[in-house]
Amino acid sequence: MKRWVLLIPLALFLGLAAFLYKGLYLDPSELPSALIDKPFPEFSLPAVQDGKPLTRASLLGKPALVNVWGTWCIACRVEHPVLTKLAEQGVVIYGVNYKDVNADALKWLKDFHDPYQLNINDEAGSLGLNLGVYGAPETFLIDSKGIIRYKHVGVIDETVWREKLAGLYQGLVDEGKQ
Amino acid sequence: MKRFIAAAALVMSCASSAHAAIDAYTFKDEAERARYTELTRELRCPKCQNQDIADSNAPIAADLRKEIYRMLGEGQSNQQIIDFMVDRYGEFVRYKPELNAHTWLLWFGPAGLLIGGVLLIGVIVVRRRKPTAEDANVLSDEERQRLAHLLDKNHE
Repeated sequence: MKRWVLLIPLALFLGLAAFLYKGLYLDPSELPSALIDKPFPEFSLPAVQDGKPLTRASLLGKPALVNVWGTWCIACRVEHPVLTKLAEQGVVIYGVNYKDVNADALKWLKDFHDPYQLNINDEAGSLGLNLGVYGAPETFLIDSKGIIRYKHVGVIDETVWREKLAGLYQGLVDEGKQ
Repeated sequence: MKRFIAAAALVMSCASSAHAAIDAYTFKDEAERARYTELTRELRCPKCQNQDIADSNAPIAADLRKEIYRMLGEGQSNQQIIDFMVDRYGEFVRYKPELNAHTWLLWFGPAGLLIGGVLLIGVIVVRRRKPTAEDANVLSDEERQRLAHLLDKNHE
């Protein structure tokens, strides 16, 4: 028997080990979004603040973050100061108030700070369903034409912004300038 | 005694919370109920991951059950309902993913490994089989001639 044949089990083992090692660092609770590179879904819902009707067209024009949140969502409270800071830096943020009581949402925006340019009242969760939301907070990055470019599930903190979103967002802003 | 009652109450409350989610939906007929059961068993809860949406108490699973119920009422086919879910939550929500370029390894990998293993064992067994006494005694005609020839040579 040829000598190299004896190395096959070792090669198989190393291959398997590499796979499993990579698996250690994957987060199984993070699903790839089915909506990447697809248009933001159509909707017709009232605004949180004044009940004015909002549609998909209200979100177009500038690249933006669309943040799905609720007052019942504890992690959203953690995320809130980061969003506020980003809004101060000029990042466009739209809110989807997901399955929430509108009065609670208004109180939250008054008590804390309101980083949202506009806020969609999705009390029944219909827009959330069309967005494939399975927990909050979730944040979508859309371009000026309303195409979803990226989705982040979970809290946006400084690190997530710096390492994942900031570059993509800046890229979209630059794209618009050309 | 009081302690016993408290313990019993605790056990009971745990037992009742372990029950799967039950919704009160009324169906047109048994066939529709059967389809509802089939669909909720085949779709996976995006939040809890290792439960189907029939089995999960997560709010998102309840929403999806409601959505399936609504779509069944509208007369949509199973395929339409599954496509609706996949469009929103990705292939992940299916316990039986469609066969495509991404999933063929998932579908055929285990069977491939099994067949590969059986073949490998087969090869090893055949190679290792020691020649039996009979094999050693049997010479082909050619070998016989050669042997005779060699023996003759020695006599000369």
